[in-house]
Amino acid sequence: MTGSSTAAMPVASAPKRSYWRRNQRRLAPWLFLAPGVIMFLIYVIWPIANSIWLSFYDWDGLGQKTWLGLANYAELLDDENFYISLKNNVIWLVLFMLAVPIGLFIAIFLNQTVTGIRIYKSLFFFPFVISQVVVGLIFSWFYAPNFGLLYKLVEWATGTGIAFLAEPNYVTYALVVAGLWPQIAYCMILYLTGLNNISPDQIEAARLDGAKGWRMLWYVVIPQLRPATFIAIVVTVIGALRSFDIVSIMTDGGPFGSSRVLSFYMYEQALSEYGYRMGYGAAIAVILFLIMMVFISGFIWKMVKDEREG
Amino acid sequence: MFPKPIQKASPAMQWLYALALPLALVLWLLPLLGVAVTSVRPASDLAQGNYFGMPSTLAFGNYLEIFTQTPMANYIRNSFFVTIPTVIGAVTLSCLAGFALGVYRFRSNLLVFFMFVAGNFVPFQILMVPVRDLTVSTGLYNTYTGLILFHVAFQTGFCTLFMRNFIKALPFELIESARVEGVSEWRIFRYIVLPLMRPAIAALSVLVFTFIWNEYFWATVLTQGAEVQPVTAGLFSLNGQWIAQWHLVSAGSIVAALPPVLMFFLMQRHFIAGLTLGATKG
Repeated sequence: MTGSSTAAMPVASAPKRSYWRRNQRRLAPWLFLAPGVIMFLIYVIWPIANSIWLSFYDWDGLGQKTWLGLANYAELLDDENFYISLKNNVIWLVLFMLAVPIGLFIAIFLNQTVTGIRIYKSLFFFPFVISQVVVGLIFSWFYAPNFGLLYKLVEWATGTGIAFLAEPNYVTYALVVAGLWPQIAYCMILYLTGLNNISPDQIEAARLDGAKGWRMLWYVVIPQLRPATFIAIVVTVIGALRSFDIVSIMTDGGPFGSSRVLSFYMYEQALSEYGYRMGYGAAIAVILFLIMMVFISGFIWKMVKDEREG
Repeated sequence: MFPKPIQKASPAMQWLYALALPLALVLWLLPLLGVAVTSVRPASDLAQGNYFGMPSTLAFGNYLEIFTQTPMANYIRNSFFVTIPTVIGAVTLSCLAGFALGVYRFRSNLLVFFMFVAGNFVPFQILMVPVRDLTVSTGLYNTYTGLILFHVAFQTGFCTLFMRNFIKALPFELIESARVEGVSEWRIFRYIVLPLMRPAIAALSVLVFTFIWNEYFWATVLTQGAEVQPVTAGLFSLNGQWIAQWHLVSAGSIVAALPPVLMFFLMQRHFIAGLTLGATKG
């Protein structure tokens, strides 16, 4: 992906060619782009603008929209549930980052050439292939009070089991663990590919210089894994802030709304038995969007830089 | 190679590694194994508190039950009806857009490219109200088409990023020499570039299939009821009905997970090539 391609010099055009013939090269990219760009504008770009606009209104989804100005945002500032959701998003984001080092650790553990290792790698990757809904159900079973595997283990170790999903103090951590399972698998596969592409010469050279173990990992291997680390961080940050499926499946925001995250709280406000407060929901979505934009701009900035250096 | 090949370690270390591998795998997949065993456990075992021992019999009837007593077959069919057109649509659009961004130099090239990249990262919730509104007002709420159109549009972002980078890595001389010969731009795309994109098309098809099969949020926002809902949303509503009937929940989960799992094992090389795009360059 080096930017080796250069635009072809325009072929000298004969004066009598048709308009299309003369301008083909200039028009062609836009024709190729049109279907994708139009779809993307309708379903992604326009809705972002529309949501921002809606966040200044009171709207039940059907009737008249009433202009509120910043009232939805003002209400958010006093909304305890909003702060709970925001706090949980921070917990998700911070703990989710563990997927990166753990994924690296498992990748290093599996980066061997023994018989059957390919099957081991595939099976370790398994959690990423299955739906988050299924992951959520699997972990619900794992945590289930009285008979869940983890409940039993805790009971065996400490004498009393803990129903993790019913404890407001633990529930978000329990959900993050469920979310981490596939995310670690994702980071692991990124690092396995990265390790595969490390230049063996540098490793050998470093080995001759006496580097090994942690020093080798830190000074020689990790710098070479930078592209994999960048992607692992991007997908993990986005995954953490997008967490919705696991919360919806495992706790439905409960107990007492203590496991809500912004994405879930928005959905609840805009589209559920709690009422159709589209404007308020849009305001929550805008906040989540702004938080994500901080990260997205960072990522894009780095990608543009790489692209320019090409 | 890092870490040092285990073959160069002491025999004791090799022995330890051979032992640690299966042990780590069992621990890693423990929740999944538990669910797999539960899915063939007869209901009577659960009633008697036999949650972890060997199932008293292998109750494959659990699987029969979810297909006869619930609309599981419907949900699975719906998932296929949504997923397959989405794969075709998103891959087609991104082949075209990726070609445009990978081959031509024009002023807004990078801008359009990064619009696709950035759009790909936004939270779904900022799209939810307008997209739902659009889908309802065009009469597409609770139809396959409504769900497919959104998925095609959104996946086109990710797929275009992938295709564009793939095309950029192709030898540009091929295209240049065709132009010198006077081959039209469309025929260059159709007969020169497209055949070279086969690996990218395969990788993206597998990935998009998995993403859309597993997708849950839009399934709940844009559809309702067993007529159209895909299996992820179906599983959620069944879970509500099957309170504590874990043998059924488990069997349903396994069935819902099966198609992408099969896809992954059959097309593993393509899958990983797609997923790790960009993890090696630089």
